[in-house]
Amino acid sequence: MEKPRRGQVTRKKASAAQLRITKDINELNLPKTCTTEFPDPDDLLTFKLVICPDEGFYRTGRFVFSFKVGPNYPHEPPKVKCETQVYHPNIDQQGNVCLNILREDWKPVLTINSIVYGLQYLFLEPNPEDPLNKEAAEVLTNNRRLFEQNVQKAIRGGYVGGTYFERCLK
Amino acid sequence: MGDCQESNQKRWAHLRKVLERPGPFSHPEFEPSSEILDFIMTSCKILVIGAGGLGCELLKDLALMGFKQIHVIDMDTIDLSNLNRQFLFRHKDIGSSKAETAAAFINKRIAGCQVTPHFCKIQDYDEAFYKQFHIIVCGLDSIVARRWINGMLVSLLNYEDGILDQQSVIPLVDGGTEGFKGNARVILPGMSACVECTLDLYPPQVNYPLCTIANTPRLPEHCIEYVKVILWPKENPFNTELDGDDTQHISWVYEKSMERALQFNIPGVTYRLVQGVVKHIIPAVASTNAAIAGVCATEVFKIATSCCVPLNNYMVFNDVDGIYTYTYEAEKRRTSTQLLEIKDPDTMKLKQLLELLSESASYQMKSPGLTTIIDGKNKTLYMSTIKSIEERTRDNLNKTLVELGLKDGQDILVADVTSPSTLVIKLKYQTNDVEMT
Repeated sequence: MEKPRRGQVTRKKASAAQLRITKDINELNLPKTCTTEFPDPDDLLTFKLVICPDEGFYRTGRFVFSFKVGPNYPHEPPKVKCETQVYHPNIDQQGNVCLNILREDWKPVLTINSIVYGLQYLFLEPNPEDPLNKEAAEVLTNNRRLFEQNVQKAIRGGYVGGTYFERCLK
Repeated sequence: MGDCQESNQKRWAHLRKVLERPGPFSHPEFEPSSEILDFIMTSCKILVIGAGGLGCELLKDLALMGFKQIHVIDMDTIDLSNLNRQFLFRHKDIGSSKAETAAAFINKRIAGCQVTPHFCKIQDYDEAFYKQFHIIVCGLDSIVARRWINGMLVSLLNYEDGILDQQSVIPLVDGGTEGFKGNARVILPGMSACVECTLDLYPPQVNYPLCTIANTPRLPEHCIEYVKVILWPKENPFNTELDGDDTQHISWVYEKSMERALQFNIPGVTYRLVQGVVKHIIPAVASTNAAIAGVCATEVFKIATSCCVPLNNYMVFNDVDGIYTYTYEAEKRRTSTQLLEIKDPDTMKLKQLLELLSESASYQMKSPGLTTIIDGKNKTLYMSTIKSIEERTRDNLNKTLVELGLKDGQDILVADVTSPSTLVIKLKYQTNDVEMT
């Protein structure tokens, strides 16, 4: 019997995740408020998304998200974290983002583009119904003016409640 | 001696009836013969992937059917919780390799059977290993592994002038179970629907909404997920990622989950549940495994002997409430490797290749993005749609294919809006040593 060889893969095949992400990235159709940054152009699985909303509560800020696409993409969604500290009912201080298509409603037919639009929507319509930051959600529900002031304060850098936010003006 | 031969005759009498006579369900090209049984017993080589719940059943079924050249591959070791259904293992085997223990058991129990174990990952072997088998049968619990072996078998396909060389097709029989549900399927790579074609069919992992976990937990699972997803990364108690097999880690998660459950007055957090949620365990059911492995082994037999038409091509099985099965033909999704002839790779520049993809009648692409793999590493050749990538790959446009390190037979991944999925284009360099007469 031919002895199996270990560890020396002669011709590495593109993984299914690689095939799919090449398509997703090539066809990214970003709204004008969003840009991507690829630290290594050869690695399409790791990148950042920068969102600078042009309307709504967050229009003066600049928010950075990190994307990590795993080997089981698109069966599993990419891991997305918010790297900018933000005063937002659906984003917590650790950068966890509460967006349904990133967890319970992810489907393989969705793409990176779907997530970009989902994240952009979070800044236009923060949702106090399903909060990660409960305090921010309560303020948004009870006093929209105070919420707007708090958002501005956080974007300019400073304390909101007991939490310090770093400046993230665009 | 005489007795032994006689019992041997009797043992195979039923298989002979199937293999040495035609029948109403025979494959159209089936020719009954006594040589088919010989083929199974002497030369047919089967690879069983996974030596767990399905794997133990498969090995037993195949060995008792007369297959003798069986290989089994599994990276796992035996755990106490396996013993209720993985019947080739005993208490003394805990901690040993599943593949090695299963092979030793079968070889001892079934005279003449030669099971060869491989205690490693499937990814540790290359094409040369997988090429040696007539049929591969999977009893896996991982979608990543299924996709990997599927990709491997697709990459072994040989096309000559666009026509699939049947000799390069290695049939894949795949079984899967989850509690009282299961499926069995037959994949003829390049000919019928494969794992990637039906990726949408796999049940998604249960993920609870993050906001529920964070603020409005109602179930014990929500409490455990909270500790796993939010508390662990925040407190990082062991300065490492959460490992579901580390008892210290599980104890920590259990303790913190109990605290949270108490706070929200939620009953039902137990150590076992914590283990189950962290490792995404769904209780395995021995009877489901037995049924699915039985179907898979039968398909292996049908393909190896041509005695019957194989399953076409996806069977679902459910014994939650009574027994239900349904078989349908999953459709193949069109993904193809196309050959692209290159006259002179020494002078052809990447930008000319891009022009070719845009202008040639058979491609007519709009803004193709090109990547490839060189020395096992992904490389982006050019992508015009993403500014940060375009800027750093622009220089490639004026390099020749040879300067870029692209070899004869290189696969180029081409993504474009004009095609529903990424195309694989294989470069075929025309050799210069044409006869000059």
